[in-house]
Amino acid sequence: MPDGIGKVETQRAVVFDDDRPLVLESGARLTHVEVAYETYGTLAPDGGNAVFVCHALSGDAHAAGHHDGDRRPGWWDNIIGPGRPLDTDRFFVVCANVLGGCKGTTGPGSTDPASGRPYGLRFPLLAVRDLVETHRALLRQLGVTRLLAAIGGSLGGMQALQWSLDHPGEVGGALVIASSARLSAQNIAFSAVAREAIMRDPDFAGGDYYEAGRAGRPDRGLALARMIGHITYLSEESMRQKFGRRIQDAVEPRFGFDVDFEVESYLAHQGQSFVERFDANTYLYMTRVMDYFDPFADPARIGRQVAAGRAAEGGGTSYLVLSFDSDWRFSTEHAREIADVLRGAGAPVTFRELSAPHGHDSFLFPVPEYHRTVAGFLDRLAAARAR
Amino acid sequence: MRADLDVVAALVGHGVRVVDLGCGDGALLEALIARQACEGLGVERDDERFHACVARGVPVTHGDLEAELPRLADGAFDCAVLSLTLQAAQRPVDVLREMRRVAPRRVVSLPNFAHWRIRFDLARTGRMPISPALPYQWYETPNIHLCTLRDFEATVAEVGMRIGRRVLLDAAGRPAARGARLAPNALAARAVYVLEG
Repeated sequence: MPDGIGKVETQRAVVFDDDRPLVLESGARLTHVEVAYETYGTLAPDGGNAVFVCHALSGDAHAAGHHDGDRRPGWWDNIIGPGRPLDTDRFFVVCANVLGGCKGTTGPGSTDPASGRPYGLRFPLLAVRDLVETHRALLRQLGVTRLLAAIGGSLGGMQALQWSLDHPGEVGGALVIASSARLSAQNIAFSAVAREAIMRDPDFAGGDYYEAGRAGRPDRGLALARMIGHITYLSEESMRQKFGRRIQDAVEPRFGFDVDFEVESYLAHQGQSFVERFDANTYLYMTRVMDYFDPFADPARIGRQVAAGRAAEGGGTSYLVLSFDSDWRFSTEHAREIADVLRGAGAPVTFRELSAPHGHDSFLFPVPEYHRTVAGFLDRLAAARAR
Repeated sequence: MRADLDVVAALVGHGVRVVDLGCGDGALLEALIARQACEGLGVERDDERFHACVARGVPVTHGDLEAELPRLADGAFDCAVLSLTLQAAQRPVDVLREMRRVAPRRVVSLPNFAHWRIRFDLARTGRMPISPALPYQWYETPNIHLCTLRDFEATVAEVGMRIGRRVLLDAAGRPAARGARLAPNALAARAVYVLEG
């Protein structure tokens, strides 16, 4: 792999304020919205080479490169950088922490200007559309009015899809990866258990735990939620390969209720490291955003939006819809539904189920055929723009 | 673009929704979309050819056409294309029936196993014919259901379809000389059919 993009820093911008508040899908208003974001590469003089990276449930703005002093690069470094599929020699890549997040963008842990205290659960419920509107406000400040592409996995793919539908003519290509247009009952059930784990933690305190200090947070609940979620991100095969039935730090089982199998130790570690970098309320809000996501609820609207895109200057959105054969969180059937509905509405859609062993998390791995498909699709968008 | 695809493109027509089953590198669809204002979708299982479609900007589903066809909605297209692919299908008759379900017009091209050169080679050598059009040894050929034009036309009648048009082709894929009409099943190397009904 060529060298990455080197040192990067997260930046901040205030994108909504008293004069220009954000009106959410629910009708609620936010009068101060700050966004944490990173950019890689250079915006072309005509502003046409921007690629927006939408992150998933637990992601953040730091998608690529290294923060000063960090050993590990950003969460999607393997796909972003010079010579990589999101080629920063050619594209201006933007990634922002989502609205409702806990990594620098306004969310339930931010101060409510009305009370001077953290919002907690008084933060309004969000929709994918609200996340997209916040991204768009950031882009306006950066001088971008049309995207070459919006790309994302899981919740990120939902944002790319919603963006293309809500703003015909604004997104050249939408890359919707390991995503869903409508969660299944099983998906919602897993989310529900994760939320229960958080809300039943005695330290949850109705979401008002911010002033209780580091030790007073609902870490047990959040860790448990993450453990449940993490199981659904892996495949049975990847867990078998990674852990099998091996015993942690021993050959013989210890026969008890403490952590004994390697997979238990791994899950405990995942849960523990998660609470150090994530906020329980954000987890509640983001899982709810996904549960309620249903952009195809009105089929007639999809047809109108696609037609409006094609009539717009610069044309409508081309879609690349990808799934992974080992993903049982958002199985290939979810991706097929997205492809079918968009095609039925007259949009050009390329669809592929990729083979990869990592379950839902496959979209984060440098699977060669996956990266080649993404690179080819973006190359084509760039070539079409040059013409 | 291959000469026979020019013939296929002309038969597909202008401004139609078309699905190309086994679309290869997407050259036909690219031409149909760019020059004939069609809305197109390809189905292709080969990785390299799939990437060629992506590079051309042709919408494509990666997968086997026999698995993907049943997933397409009834009447989702105006025209379904199957060019030089029927002989490689596991269940050719099912493919024809599914094509009827998804599109009122079908354009199907196929190699003619009764072409005089194949007959001659088989008679002369006593071995399975190998030619530029059929370049495989018997044990590795993907062409598991070869047929003659007469076979195909009989099968089309059996499944209850009409032959709306037939264009006879030579070995290079160009329209065959007029003389081929005297004995199509012996003189045409390939043919393209428009199937209706």
